Amino acid sequence: MTVATLPTSKAEEWRYADIPALARLDPGALDDWHAITVPAGESLADTLVLASAAPDVRRLRLTLGAGARAELFAVVAGGDYARLDIDVTMGRAAHFEFGGVTIGGGDAVREIVTRLRHAQPDATSNQVVRAVHWGQATGNFLGRVDVARHAQKTDAAQDFKGLLLERGAAANARPELEIYADDVKCAHGAAIGQMDEAARFYMASRGIAPDAARALLVRAFIADAFAAAEAEAGEALLETALAALEGAAL
Amino acid sequence: MLVIDNLHAEIDGKQILNGLTLTVNAGEVHAIMGPNGAGKSTLAYVLGGRPGYEVTGGSVTFMGQDLLELEPHERAAAGFFLGFQYPVEIPGVSNVQFLREALNSQRKARGQEPLSGGDFLKLAREKAGLLKMDMDMLKRPVNVGFSGGEKKRNEMVQMGILDPSFAVLDETDSGLDIDALRIVGEGINAIMRSPDKAVLLITHYQRLLDYVKPDHVHVLAKGRIVKSGGPDLALELESEGYEAVAA
Repeated sequence: MTVATLPTSKAEEWRYADIPALARLDPGALDDWHAITVPAGESLADTLVLASAAPDVRRLRLTLGAGARAELFAVVAGGDYARLDIDVTMGRAAHFEFGGVTIGGGDAVREIVTRLRHAQPDATSNQVVRAVHWGQATGNFLGRVDVARHAQKTDAAQDFKGLLLERGAAANARPELEIYADDVKCAHGAAIGQMDEAARFYMASRGIAPDAARALLVRAFIADAFAAAEAEAGEALLETALAALEGAAL
Repeated sequence: MLVIDNLHAEIDGKQILNGLTLTVNAGEVHAIMGPNGAGKSTLAYVLGGRPGYEVTGGSVTFMGQDLLELEPHERAAAGFFLGFQYPVEIPGVSNVQFLREALNSQRKARGQEPLSGGDFLKLAREKAGLLKMDMDMLKRPVNVGFSGGEKKRNEMVQMGILDPSFAVLDETDSGLDIDALRIVGEGINAIMRSPDKAVLLITHYQRLLDYVKPDHVHVLAKGRIVKSGGPDLALELESEGYEAVAA
């Protein structure tokens, strides 16, 4: 029996990971890629929640056929190291829509790592990721986009924003674009900030208590990630994410 | 209703209010005028409880309670309203959501039942109508993309919905065109002119006072009230300037 070698932080896609936590994973979890194929012209919509108290690594490998469409929305709110890996190979004129939120306190690392392989022309992708953390927690988004030489008219966008509710919390954003085609659009943005104190005082002056004001502002902040989701699914994910904030000692 | 006694306050170690004393009784409208830097906005923020404004002396009693002991949201629930000189934009939070949360938070703090969605919208529609504001604007995110005048009108719609006992309005007239000034002035009268309510208007100009007639006018300079009088004092200030009158 062989023991799989654990990744180290020297590997780009593991550089912000909680490496010691990997040793506490079920053996084989890292090799357990869940493969999903969306045939040409078909569509898939799914949601994912990582909220385990134990280390949790979820790995998805999607293959989109020509004109296929996949919409994935996720909340990563585990109590220990939690990581969502998504590797997508895009067919011609396929579309991939992703909205993800990492949220939580304590000292856990929660991360979303995506790799979009724009292997064919005319495909589009849109990724919106929000991170909200407090305590000593860390939220990461590593978004890699590969655009092959002949994948002209690719339109790939990724947008990351982090909101740190306390000093000591951290967020890392690492967009990585490898573009070999010349007629493409690849937009990416990353910003990390704190709670808007002026907005909080404004809300307080109208009678909204500090915890309720914070919940409203966090809701508004993460709602972007689920704006493209079907209303009911998006609302359910919002509530799931906000539940992590309830009872947080802030 | 509001008794301010010998109030001293500072920001970042800089003394701004220097022994300000003022009493406002129920049923009265007071106007505070004064040159730039006199401490007018500081007074408004200190009364509202904005973080960073440190009270170093004196007291403020609001309807028998020590106002300075209350958190900002508790002041609101006690019936205190602060109209902002620069209303804050809150992307992603609609006016309706914001105000319903605010009103129901206040009601909860006072031991009242929350207002249902339908009853709230009815109330919001009535108050928006009073200020001639389109209901569609109330569905938009708080103050986002609003013009200066729309923000000030929105402050008054909020005041109408929250129905406070006492309002401090910090330069609510600035940024308003002539028509909007009249609408806002009439709104203040409709919402706050009552024997059991009172208003403290902070303004640079006499013109708002044409619509909202003050019972008392005070001149604030260097952090204290240097002169008080009736409505005529505002006219005198307008024609002669602060320096001549407050000297």
